Amino acid sequence: MTTLAQPLATTADYGAWAAIRLAAQRDLKLALRSRAELGVQLLFYVIVVSLFPLASSPERTLLATMAPGILWVAALLAALLSLPRLFGSDYNDGSLEQLAMSPYPLPALVSGKMLAHWLTTGLPMVALAPLLALQYGLDAELVIIVTLSLLVGTPILSLIGGIGAALTLGVRGGGSLLALLVLPLFIPVLIFGAGAADAVRAGLSASANFSLLGAGLLVALVGAPLAGAAAVRIALD
Amino acid sequence: MNLYQLSSPSTFYPVAGRVAPWFAGAAAILGVVGLWIAFAIAPTDFQQGEVYRIIFIHVPSAWMSMFVYLVMAFWGAMALAFNTRLSSMMAQSLAPTGALMTFIALWTGALWGRPTWGTYWAWDARMTSELILLFLYFGVIALRNAIDDPRRADRACALLSIVGAVNVPIIYFSVKWWNTLHQGASVSLTAAPKMAATMLTGMLVLALAAWFYTIAVALWRVQAIILERERGAAWIRSMRGMKAATT
Repeated sequence: MTTLAQPLATTADYGAWAAIRLAAQRDLKLALRSRAELGVQLLFYVIVVSLFPLASSPERTLLATMAPGILWVAALLAALLSLPRLFGSDYNDGSLEQLAMSPYPLPALVSGKMLAHWLTTGLPMVALAPLLALQYGLDAELVIIVTLSLLVGTPILSLIGGIGAALTLGVRGGGSLLALLVLPLFIPVLIFGAGAADAVRAGLSASANFSLLGAGLLVALVGAPLAGAAAVRIALD
Repeated sequence: MNLYQLSSPSTFYPVAGRVAPWFAGAAAILGVVGLWIAFAIAPTDFQQGEVYRIIFIHVPSAWMSMFVYLVMAFWGAMALAFNTRLSSMMAQSLAPTGALMTFIALWTGALWGRPTWGTYWAWDARMTSELILLFLYFGVIALRNAIDDPRRADRACALLSIVGAVNVPIIYFSVKWWNTLHQGASVSLTAAPKMAATMLTGMLVLALAAWFYTIAVALWRVQAIILERERGAAWIRSMRGMKAATT
């Protein structure tokens, strides 16, 4: 457990940016210390994506049509799998309570944790996406579109998912309940994200999809830390 | 009586008990009248035949399913803002009825879709968002059941239903746009024929019946919730004592 109380002695900066940086740094440090866990989540993503051709058919045109959707569904599931860790270990060892009591604004701390979650789970998935898209025989333009849509969309998964993760802290059957809570809320992201490549394939521009994803990201950036902080406070009560 | 006093479970409990039967009676009367209009008076649709009569049940339940969610989120917001126990209890009592209405809307929609569209299920925007709404209801109910401490469950469910309420329009439009992008099916809910006045009357009467039913059931359920949660309170024990004395 790294401590947050270090800067108390000197002229401390308790602003939002400092809180975000502090929480993100701390969570990144913790995540890098358990690299194996991160690897397993990434492998889960790769395996889920690889299962679909086996379950349906290896036919190239079919796979190419399904690829964006499959990559997105797998990203949703992988994000879901990693979400309990976002607050779970901090909740169990009591450091979440210390965070909530620290002079830093809790929404900023929560958004820092969400940022770290995205950097450790969302970003690696984005980086792997081109490789997996090639497996599905997507051409270069679509590979770029799918990857970009994941780049804009996966932060929303970490943000909205964080609310659900905080709500299910210390709750019976937390993992499956978390799925029930957040997967319906992920649906718009899934639709706009996977739809971007579909639009390009249909000869349309994907700009509408990207605008909507971007708008969703902005709304989530503003709303999710506040709701997440409220959920953390509820869990700690 | 000061209206604000009603926000206390102990004053609300007897009021709910007195009012609920009236709503239930109104729901029963309006239900019978509405169904009579729907099945006896309203003319047969020249395109769809008798099948269309399902909409007399389908449309009111679909309206209620969305409205009840908003009301539930409203009570959740009230509970978070004013920390009133009764608001959370109202939210809790509305959730099962909302889920029931959503389920009825989906089920009757499938039954209507089979003879008219030739399929029980199409990935139409309204159907899909209604299905997601059902998931949202289940999520709220499951979260409530998973948390042992009722006060924590109150606030967690309130937050979840508010987040869900923000999402409902987003989900609706996302599914709608997704469907127009994919539009390959020949199914369209919006191309319904213009309604005869009697049909509209029947539908509105049944919608009112659904309203009153929901209110009555929510009030009775909130009574049960109050009894369960406040069972240690003095006023309930004295009520029990009074009952024991009279019998």
